[in-house]
Amino acid sequence: MANTEPFTGKRGQRIFVTAESPPEFTTENYRNVLLEDNREGMAKAFFNTLTVTIPATVIPILIAAFAAYALAWMDFPGRALLIAAVVGLLVVPLQLALIPLLKLHNEIGLGKGYIGVWLAHTGFGLPLAIYLLRNYMVGLPKDIIENARVDGATDFQIFVKIILPLSFPALASFAIFQFLWTWNDLLVAMVFLIDSTGETTVMTKQIVELLGTRGGNWEILATSAFVSIAVPILMFFMMQKYLVRGLLAGSVK
Amino acid sequence: MNPALQGLLTIIIGVGGCVGYFYFSNQFLDKVLFPASGPNAGKNINRANIIRPWLFLLPALLALGVYLAYPVVETLRLSLTERLPDGGSAFVGLDNYEQMLDEPKFWEALKNNMLWLLIVPALSTAFGLLAAQLSDRVFWGNLAKSLIFMPMAISFVGAAVIWKLVYDARPIDQDQIGVLNALYIFFGGDSPNNWLTIPFWNNILLMIVLVWIQTGFAMVILSAALRGIPEETVEAAIIDGASPFQVFFKIKVPQIMGTIVVVWTTITITVLKVFDIVFAMTNGQWETQVLANYMYDKLFRSHDWGVGSASAMIIMLLVMPILIWNVYNARKEMQ
Repeated sequence: MANTEPFTGKRGQRIFVTAESPPEFTTENYRNVLLEDNREGMAKAFFNTLTVTIPATVIPILIAAFAAYALAWMDFPGRALLIAAVVGLLVVPLQLALIPLLKLHNEIGLGKGYIGVWLAHTGFGLPLAIYLLRNYMVGLPKDIIENARVDGATDFQIFVKIILPLSFPALASFAIFQFLWTWNDLLVAMVFLIDSTGETTVMTKQIVELLGTRGGNWEILATSAFVSIAVPILMFFMMQKYLVRGLLAGSVK
Repeated sequence: MNPALQGLLTIIIGVGGCVGYFYFSNQFLDKVLFPASGPNAGKNINRANIIRPWLFLLPALLALGVYLAYPVVETLRLSLTERLPDGGSAFVGLDNYEQMLDEPKFWEALKNNMLWLLIVPALSTAFGLLAAQLSDRVFWGNLAKSLIFMPMAISFVGAAVIWKLVYDARPIDQDQIGVLNALYIFFGGDSPNNWLTIPFWNNILLMIVLVWIQTGFAMVILSAALRGIPEETVEAAIIDGASPFQVFFKIKVPQIMGTIVVVWTTITITVLKVFDIVFAMTNGQWETQVLANYMYDKLFRSHDWGVGSASAMIIMLLVMPILIWNVYNARKEMQ
C-alpha cells in the first residue's frame, strides 16, 4: 500500500485546544439517553428490561414455594433424593443449557422472544428458590402446622394461609436475588431474547454496544451505565436486610 | 402487541395459571378423584395424600427437568456429534474434544480460568474476612459494610463500564480520565499505558473487577459467622494474654473455617461461569480468553455447536467436584 510518490507539501497543522470553560454541570446527558428516541435507545431498553424482569421474578417464586412446601412438610418416597437433586442443580453452569434450549425453543416454535427468556430465567432460578424456601420452611414451628391439620385444614389451606405469610422474609430475599440477577443478566438475554431486529434489546446489551462504539463519548456511556445501575442500587438499599438474610440462608452449608 | 402489555398479561396468566393449577388440581383430587366421604373415605384420604406431593412438585419438576437436567444430557450428546449440512447430525466420538484440544485459544482460556480460580476466590475471601473483622470495630462500620456490599447489586456489565473508565488511556498530551493512568503519570510514569492490552497483567486487572464485586458477598457471610463465635472463647484467650492477631488467627478463624470454605466454593462457582466481564471489557482479546467466553465465541460466532458443547462440558467437569461435595454434605445434614 506504500505510495511510490514522495510526500510533498506541508502536513496539516495540528491544533491543540485547551478548554477555557471548566466542565459544567448538566443533565443534558440524561435527557439525551432517556428521552430522545435515538440510536442508543436506552428508554426502550429500560422498558424491555423491566418486561423481562418482573415476570421472571414473580413466576419462579410461586412455583418454587409450592415445591418447597412439599419438600419440607410432606412425606413421600424419594423426597431426600429430590432435595439432593436440587442441591446438585444449584451449581450446574447455565452455559450448559444454552445450546440445547435454544434448539428446543426453535423446534417448538418459540424462537427468540420474551416467553423464551421468561421460561429460561424461571428454570435457572428455581434451584436456588426451592433450596432457600425449603430451608426456611423446615424451620417453621411444627406445632402450628400440626394443629392446623388436626383442625381439618387441607395442605392447600395450610400452605396458603399459614406457610406463605410466615415465609415472607424468605420470599422477599429470593425476590431480590432473582430481580438483581435478571436485571443484570447479559448472557441469557443475548441468547434467548435479542434477535437481529434489535427491537427487544435490554440495557446491559446496549451498554456493551456503547462500550464498543462510543469509547470516546464516555459521558453517554457513563450516563447509560448509571441508569442501568440506579434501579438495582435503589432496590439494594431498600431491601438490604432481606438480601443479607437470603445470602446467609442460600450459601450451601 | 406492546411488550409491556404482553409482560403484564404474562404475569397475570402465569400467576393466575399457577394459582389456578394448584387450587383446581387439589380440588379435583379431594372432590372428584378420591372424595373423603362414602364407603372408602379413609382409604381415599390416604390415596389423595400419596398423590398430593406430586401435584405440588409437578411444575417445579417440569421446569427443572427441561431447563437444567435435560440440557446436561443433551450437551453431552451434542459434544459427541457433528452437524451435517442437510440438518441432521452424526456421531463423531471424541473428535470435537480433539479439535478443541488442538486450539491454542482453548488452552489460553483454560490457563486463564485456572488463574481466575486461584486468585479471585482467595483475594475475595481474604478481603471479605478483613472487612468483616475490621468493620465490627469502628462506629462507621455499618456504613463501610453497605458500601463494600453495594457492588453486589451492580451488573457485571455495569462494573465493566466503571472499571473500563478506571483503566482508560488518553494520549499523553491530554488529561487522563482513567484513574490508573493518572496515578501512573503522577508517580512518574512516562506515558499512559493501554492497560487492558498488556498480556498477563490485563488478566489480573479483569480479576480485580470480580474481586471488587465478590468481596462484599464474602464480607456479609463471614461477618455473620464472626458474630456467631461464642464470646467466652475470645475472652478466655484475651485473659490468657493473646495478642489481637493471635485472637484473630488462632481463635476466630479456626472456628469459622466451615463458613470460609462455603464462601470460597461459592465464589469459585461464580468464577467458573465468569462471562460478562471478559465479554464486555476485552472480549477475550490480548490473551484474556476464559472458558465461558470461548464457548460463546464457538456457539454464536463460529456456529460450531460440537466444540461449543465440548467446552461447556469442560466447565461442567470443573464444577463437578463442588457439586458432589455439596450433595454429600446436604445428605449428611438431613440424616
